Amino acid sequence: MTNESLLILGLLTPLFAAFGSYCFKNNINVRDSFGVIGGVITFLISLKIFNGLQAEEQYVINLFTLFNGVDFLFNITPLGSIFSLVASSLWILASIYTVGYMRGAGEKNQTRFVIFYSIAIHAALAIAWSGNLLMLFIFYEILTFSTFPLVGHKQDAESQAAGRVYLSILVGTSLVLFLPAIFWVWLETGSLNFTPGGILEGKFPTEYLIFLVAMLVFGIGKAAIMPIHRWLPAAMVAPTPVSALLHAVAVVKAGVFSFLMVVVYIIGPDYLLQSKASNWLVWLSSFTILTASIIAISKDDLKARLAYSTISQLSYIILGAALATTFALKGASFHIITHALGKITLFFCAGAIYVTAHVKKISELGGLGFKTPMIFFAYTLGALSIIGVPPLIGSWSKLFLVIGSLEADFLFVAILLGISSLLNIYYLLQPVFIAFNKKNIKNINITKAPLTIWPPVITGVGCLFLFFFSNYFLNIINGVVA
Amino acid sequence: MNIFLDDATALVVVLPLLIAAIIAFIPSSRLAWFITIVTLVFHLSLSVELFQNFSSFGTIIYEFGNWPPPWGISFKLDGVNIGLQLLFSAFVLVTTIYSRKIFLSEIDPEDSGKAYSLWLLAIGSLNGIILTNDIFNLFVFLEISALSSISLISLGAGTNRKALLAAFNYLVIGAIGATFYVIGVGFAYAMTGTLNMNDLIIQLSQYSEGQLAIFAGMSFMLIGLMVKSAVFPLHLWLPPAYSYAPSAVSTLFAALATKAILIFFVRILYEVFSIYNGYLEIFLDYILLPLSLIAIFVGTIIAIYQNDIKKLLAYSSIAQIGYITLAFSINDNSGVLAGFVHIFNHALIKGGLFMAVGYLAISLNDRVTLESIEGYGQKYPITSYALLVCGLSLIGLPLTNGFISKLYIFQALYSNEMFLTIGLVALSSALAVIYFWKIVEKLFFSSKGYEATSEDPAIYIPIWIIALSIIYFGIFSSTIVEFSSIASESLILGGSN
Repeated sequence: MTNESLLILGLLTPLFAAFGSYCFKNNINVRDSFGVIGGVITFLISLKIFNGLQAEEQYVINLFTLFNGVDFLFNITPLGSIFSLVASSLWILASIYTVGYMRGAGEKNQTRFVIFYSIAIHAALAIAWSGNLLMLFIFYEILTFSTFPLVGHKQDAESQAAGRVYLSILVGTSLVLFLPAIFWVWLETGSLNFTPGGILEGKFPTEYLIFLVAMLVFGIGKAAIMPIHRWLPAAMVAPTPVSALLHAVAVVKAGVFSFLMVVVYIIGPDYLLQSKASNWLVWLSSFTILTASIIAISKDDLKARLAYSTISQLSYIILGAALATTFALKGASFHIITHALGKITLFFCAGAIYVTAHVKKISELGGLGFKTPMIFFAYTLGALSIIGVPPLIGSWSKLFLVIGSLEADFLFVAILLGISSLLNIYYLLQPVFIAFNKKNIKNINITKAPLTIWPPVITGVGCLFLFFFSNYFLNIINGVVA
Repeated sequence: MNIFLDDATALVVVLPLLIAAIIAFIPSSRLAWFITIVTLVFHLSLSVELFQNFSSFGTIIYEFGNWPPPWGISFKLDGVNIGLQLLFSAFVLVTTIYSRKIFLSEIDPEDSGKAYSLWLLAIGSLNGIILTNDIFNLFVFLEISALSSISLISLGAGTNRKALLAAFNYLVIGAIGATFYVIGVGFAYAMTGTLNMNDLIIQLSQYSEGQLAIFAGMSFMLIGLMVKSAVFPLHLWLPPAYSYAPSAVSTLFAALATKAILIFFVRILYEVFSIYNGYLEIFLDYILLPLSLIAIFVGTIIAIYQNDIKKLLAYSSIAQIGYITLAFSINDNSGVLAGFVHIFNHALIKGGLFMAVGYLAISLNDRVTLESIEGYGQKYPITSYALLVCGLSLIGLPLTNGFISKLYIFQALYSNEMFLTIGLVALSSALAVIYFWKIVEKLFFSSKGYEATSEDPAIYIPIWIIALSIIYFGIFSSTIVEFSSIASESLILGGSN
């Protein structure tokens, strides 16, 4: 199979899966299997591409010209291959989990749900593989629109209000700031293609770069930097598979991924570093990291707490991009993988707790750990990974970020990362302590839902296991920075 | 067939006018509609033929009765109007197909046959405005189009009596505009003794810049045309006229009427006025540019506060005409190119929007307001999604033609280093998101639950033809850009093509 057809097949598979689910909407087992099969195929393709890129293969498709200097172009970058690998591999587990959750929780309109779920994955893959900034923008919007029905899935007043917040913030910021920023880049350089080393240097007025960075970081609302973060807690009304795959992996990672792509392939890290146009962003992302952690502590609803934890963790990646040193960028890229793996585990667990014990609040978890030990085992692994405890994979990205901040002479950032880890310990592990507290044992009926339990166990063990195989990812991450 | 083709340039104007007279005597509205369709199919094939002739032989000058100008009247088909001629033919055909059900429900059934007579009259006269090469002949077509438009607008009285007031408004303001124009023509004729555009240019170039009479004449003509094409602040007739006319009529006007006049407006600017470059610069920089910017903001902001959706779209048109004149006020190739791109794109966008809203209007049998369409995204999904596509194009999302317009306008402003204007345009297009979003919110995110109702294919097929063309021209923008660059080059560089 040629590289082009591999790329096209990878992009189309989720759409086929969506179509297949629609055709077999009356046979729910066949319908739901499309997600798993689609996940396996896209995962294999992503893996082949991931390996192919290390062997210096090119994956480029140029379909036609949209306008001067901008083509309908897919071109897989190392960073893109990381994102697609994460999204597709977790899609397999999320599809299995979806079956368990949606049936266990008795949700309506499951066909519509799986269809839009697949379309969202398609958009995420297309974002990962887009060859220029405009293509990225197009699929960024498609991702917003395709996840909107998932956020408002319950169709009650609450989820509709949440959907409105979700859509207005994401679409609003992208149209008002992101798109004009793209125009600006195009007008100054005549190109939007992702090019290693960036395209701005020597063409863009350096004194204005700070404004471009601001337009981008606030325009890419999916990166959820404060004050553009309110959509993410709002989106938590969605069924948990959405929160897990989309709002811990695909959507939010698409946001930080987009920003990283801009820094690495449009602005160029060296140019950004010289211009010091992102120093203010170091402060803002640090502020977000700390503030979101503090808000997370105050939340009793488990999903809301995880949402604020996500906001905080996303700003680690923004921070890495803003520092723009080699290690910081490595850390930021790696954090896409490690946080995705850790956070999806936590969300899976939150959903599994809801399905098996019908508990949403942390204060009501008392003693649940003894009844569903597997869930809390997985939860603990995911939490430890996000906190950054070795030997779990999350420790690598945090280490790189700390080194990166020292490299950029931001000692205070290194200290702040330490404080943030302490806060992480408190708010992520508190549920575990409550669940394993013998004093609080309550009589809760446990519903069996094995399909919701095994996916988090797999991802949790993955956090542990992949710690020892970090070189596999580091090879390609070095390619991002080089 | 050849006998027709030789005179195709004249036929595209004369044919609708002739058939209009015949249709007035046909009692059956169905037959009247059918004849109109046949006429317009023929009209379209003539336009295609004209296009082929143009692409192989270049500019076509048609002399009526073989009287050579400057004595006789002549039509000119050149780079400036060939694109609009094609779009015009295709669009009126689609709109006419769409109009049947609209007329049946919005107009007194007895009148709906006769409406097609006025309809063809309006089409013929607008086509005349596009093609004419004679400044007095333009006045004649302006008057025919005004008369037919006023009658068509007043037909909206069947559903809302305010249509009569709107028609009267247009009658008075339009007459003032036409008077201004014809006074200007009088000045020009007194000075040069000619009415033919080409001859006028030659004659005028003999005078020095100091000739006050010529300057006054040109100013009268420009202001008259600005009234007719609703350039701010001379736009007051437009919102009521668009919003109370029968929906098919609003579609035709919003898409094409002002555009046809704008084309002549830029011709006067860049073919005639450009002889006196000093005056032209003053007019563009100190009059047209500021007015366009004010139009963009005023139109957008008023649109945000509208509750009636047709009015909202009408005010949005004021703003969009502002974008077009803003682009035209940039005195170089890139600006005029952007203006033409937006003329084509906005014709499709606003046409599609009015069509979709028109269907909602006849289903509601009432004014289309933000409250009344709540939840209609579920009730009439096919129409609503077409409306969504057109609206996304209006706010300029990539893969729609509105994005291409935005792109070329930004590029033109940028290459002329008008950074403040870029900022203002970016701000205004962000504001445009607000009013469109109000519609989307009501259509799709309402708590009212409806079952999907079956929609009329005779209406949604034309709407979707427009919506799909919006996407098509958003992806494959080269066609529109090509036509626009032919137009701008022949205006700015005076090229023969």
